[in-house]
Amino acid sequence: MITRFRQIEMRLMGPLTMIPIVLLLVILGTIAALPVVATILSELVADFVPPALQHLTIVVLGTAGFVGILALNPIYSIWLERKVAAHVQDRLGPMRVGWHGLLQSFADGVKLMFKEDLVPRDADRVLFGAAPMLAVASAFAAFAIVPWGVREDGTVLAVANLNIGVLYFIAITSLGALAVLMAGWGSNNKYALYGGMRAAAQMVSYEIPTAILVLVVVAQVGSLSIPDIVNAQAGGILGVGDWLIFQLFPLNLIAFVLFFICGLAETNRTPFDIPEAESELVAGFHTEYSGMRFAFFFLAEYGNMLLVSMLAALLFLGGWIGPFGSNPLLFFVKGFGLVVVQMWLRWTLPRLRVDQLMGICWKYVIPISFFLLVVTTVIKGLL
Amino acid sequence: MESMASAAIFYGVAALVLGSALYVVVGKNLVHSAFALVAAFFGVAVFYVYLGADFLAGAQVLIYVGGILTLLLFGVMLTNQIYNLNLRSGAIQVVPGALSAGLVFALLVWIIQSVDWGAMDAGDPGPTSESIGRLLVGDYLLPFEIASVLLLIALMGAAMLVRRRGSGSS
Repeated sequence: MITRFRQIEMRLMGPLTMIPIVLLLVILGTIAALPVVATILSELVADFVPPALQHLTIVVLGTAGFVGILALNPIYSIWLERKVAAHVQDRLGPMRVGWHGLLQSFADGVKLMFKEDLVPRDADRVLFGAAPMLAVASAFAAFAIVPWGVREDGTVLAVANLNIGVLYFIAITSLGALAVLMAGWGSNNKYALYGGMRAAAQMVSYEIPTAILVLVVVAQVGSLSIPDIVNAQAGGILGVGDWLIFQLFPLNLIAFVLFFICGLAETNRTPFDIPEAESELVAGFHTEYSGMRFAFFFLAEYGNMLLVSMLAALLFLGGWIGPFGSNPLLFFVKGFGLVVVQMWLRWTLPRLRVDQLMGICWKYVIPISFFLLVVTTVIKGLL
Repeated sequence: MESMASAAIFYGVAALVLGSALYVVVGKNLVHSAFALVAAFFGVAVFYVYLGADFLAGAQVLIYVGGILTLLLFGVMLTNQIYNLNLRSGAIQVVPGALSAGLVFALLVWIIQSVDWGAMDAGDPGPTSESIGRLLVGDYLLPFEIASVLLLIALMGAAMLVRRRGSGSS
């Protein structure tokens, strides 16, 4: 009985012992975001950059920044994931390579690079090779619309400030499902094919509530553009009160929780990781992958985790708006904080069955999100 | 400089669309053909971007690539004995085929030449989503509703067709 309580206590409290490590992650994330910080610095010296080149500077530095984040993201995310897992399970996790195992992922990355690049004899070589590229491309392309701040004069700091930002996000992330199907088919392996089919079915199903929940936000703000959505959340008590999650309480809170659940499902994270359920499917769609191609799938997975977290932060948690005024760092803290929550959930909850997963989506999440859409629209119309 | 780069991208994408569309028709591998269709649809979305139709481009990728093609791939992958399927894509009835294709081509050219497209000034086209929304629930509300009811009927019909008869009353 005591051990049982101990287990539950560890599950709940484990992440709290992670606070120093989370702080470290924020620092690391900031280092990875250096090009972005450089952009912000360049705002301070905006007088030295001719006006004609300012937009170009934002685009170039932003692209470099996000590519840097995405390339480094799996390295420290995997380390953090192992640390969170270890602390939830009352272990220490990697401790040997570097301070608290900090360099472990670099060592693993180097190992992956030198691993043999295997292609199964009967694999469909074209699709087998194209799948990891498509996965990474769809994860990277979606970051183009993620804005990370706004300047004094109202210029949005984003690689592409699209008027249809959220539509672009939903559209591009749907390419990920194709990559998974491609990998599952190209491997010519029954476990990979099952994993690919499951993943695609799951992604297609959860795309529907994701789109509806995004529409809940769009209907309240009246814009598809992400900077507009964030700017609509400015002001309020302590700069926090007008975050969308606190508006129309508790409707938007429910919408945020559902959006986060859908994000978990779309990135195939536990409790929705049935496409790569080890106990049933070996490793799902990436069973046959090794070396760098395998690393590419990890790059895409962790990139998607970060993307979903950042989108949730932008749509519901006010993006760069907070108690200390508007600050790009605040946005990164929120984004990486939600990534930590994803990891926490992964190591706390058991995996769902296929029928339960579909049941949750079609019987609960979709009806509730339709209800939220109708109610928020009606309230918005009456106000 | 910029117009040259944009022309280069345009012709590159055009080649991609035509090439992959051709592969969809003549390809021997059903799954490869389905994936080639992804490139064709995606290229068309790029053309929408060139035309300044940003909302349409997003919707094209979302609906065709994300929705329809994934379902199509499901269908293809669930096809029985797909590995030793012998696709016949040779040329038969060359003369009638060429004639009808030539007629359609001539018709299209004639229409494209004779219609006044109301071409606008080159330059940065404004956002389109707001005007599309106003038109859909304003001037064109009835066609919009008819289309959605039609889709609803199609959905219910599909559910009706696949329902097993006599298996439980629910």
